[in-house]
Amino acid sequence: MFKGKKVIIIGERDGVPGPAIARCMMAAGAEVAFMTTECFV
Amino acid sequence: MAVVVKECAYALVHVPNFVRYGSKPIRDISVSGGHGGDLEKKIYAHVRSFEEAVAYPPNQVFVGNLHPDALHDIPQPWYEHQVKDARKDGPFGEILAEDQFYGWMKAADDFDLVWLAPEFIGRIRDRVASHPLISEADLSKLGSGVAIGKIIDKINDDAALPLFFDGEVVGCLRRDHDADDTLKAHVLMENLLTKASGALVMRHLFKRAGIEPGDVDFILSCSEDAVGDRYNRGGGSLSKAIGEMCRCVNASGHDIKAFCAAPIHAIVDAAAQVEAGVYDRVVVIGGGCLAKIGMKYSGHLKNNMPVLEDMLGCIAFLITKDDGASPVIRLDSVGKHNIGAGSNQQDIMTSLIVKPLDRLGLRMIDIDKYATEMHNPEITLPAGSGNTPLTNYKIMAALASIRKEIDRSAVDDFVRQRGMPGFSPTQGHIPAAVPFLGHAALDMKAGRIKNTMFVAKGSLFLGRMSQLSDGLSFLLEANPNIRK
Repeated sequence: MFKGKKVIIIGERDGVPGPAIARCMMAAGAEVAFMTTECFV
Repeated sequence: MAVVVKECAYALVHVPNFVRYGSKPIRDISVSGGHGGDLEKKIYAHVRSFEEAVAYPPNQVFVGNLHPDALHDIPQPWYEHQVKDARKDGPFGEILAEDQFYGWMKAADDFDLVWLAPEFIGRIRDRVASHPLISEADLSKLGSGVAIGKIIDKINDDAALPLFFDGEVVGCLRRDHDADDTLKAHVLMENLLTKASGALVMRHLFKRAGIEPGDVDFILSCSEDAVGDRYNRGGGSLSKAIGEMCRCVNASGHDIKAFCAAPIHAIVDAAAQVEAGVYDRVVVIGGGCLAKIGMKYSGHLKNNMPVLEDMLGCIAFLITKDDGASPVIRLDSVGKHNIGAGSNQQDIMTSLIVKPLDRLGLRMIDIDKYATEMHNPEITLPAGSGNTPLTNYKIMAALASIRKEIDRSAVDDFVRQRGMPGFSPTQGHIPAAVPFLGHAALDMKAGRIKNTMFVAKGSLFLGRMSQLSDGLSFLLEANPNIRK
């Protein structure tokens, strides 16, 4: 479902960080347009 | 040779008039009417009185008048269920009022940065003098004040920031360079508040430990703020500045930077220095962080609740050789988040908890309590930032379940029994597991628990030099003499 799609990734320090989501998305064939990890505390 | 946490001290400083200078409020106010505009008025319609701040249950936990587990039995919202007969003084330290803190700021000021009006000094002098940890030398630094007209000119013409009390301008904090951003008024305000609040809690530590300032060999500051100039932004030292203010004439020191994980790094470093015989007594100190004041204010306003981030949190620990009574830092237990370890939560928790326990031959359920990021959820949830301690405890419980140490149905029991509700102000380094250290020490001395694992994480990626996180952990055990 992500093949050929561009994705914007916002990860969280205490949840799932951006790089981990990015690797999943790339494995699913998506192109990462933007990726960041934020800390909400 | 064992190394112990000989003593702990904790303090909170109520700073409602500085909420406007927190990193988030000051940016939002500047684009929403500025000083006196609608947003500032809205924020100040929701700040708390000192009495309300003192009676707030999580604040009573922080200074030791309540155990963290007592929060399980107090209905939320906690700001509507205040502690009856709450005391500003607690077994670990105190909650300081803002008028007295102005005296501490002047005592911390070695560069005439803070100008207070004579009328305001007259109003606070007796209150400042009445504080048991304020010296005559501190009091003399209050001086006679600067005429309010000159203060207003400094604000209008020279980029000084106004200082408020009861809604009135009572002084200013000036910049110390016209072109160096690291010496502008707001940065100096952040650093001075850290120094002043750090000195407050360090003096509490000495009083509790019954030692003289001259007995300290080395100081490690884990405070969030970075002191420096434009050529070396974070190169300065709050540790020596705070130590000087507390007359630690035989100590040196340096600052530890590791985002929110810094207190754990500092404690492990201090323990290693003592074990190695480099120093006998090391103080780990963390002053309050102005930047985090009012950080979640918009969520609080949206939910028509008090702006709860109006407290500077401050921590201090004395690390020494074994005294036969105090809890022991197991240096062979240190868990670290290696660069190559991976950044998802399971990888991080495995590095910080599972691997060190495996090394020691312990199971997760052999640990009586886990202290993790202890952010007060009542501050973060209304802003959509989740319940940080609960999230972490659930991951720990899930790991215990994966390891077949507990049944999947026992996850909630694990969280309740080995975790605790968050109770710390959201000051970055302050919630980093160590708010429980004082409680853990008391619980161990009383035989209520035998150990606690302290786990903290740091968001290195925020500095845009790496996508990495950081984390560090250690196991604290009841002193073997107590256990006998």
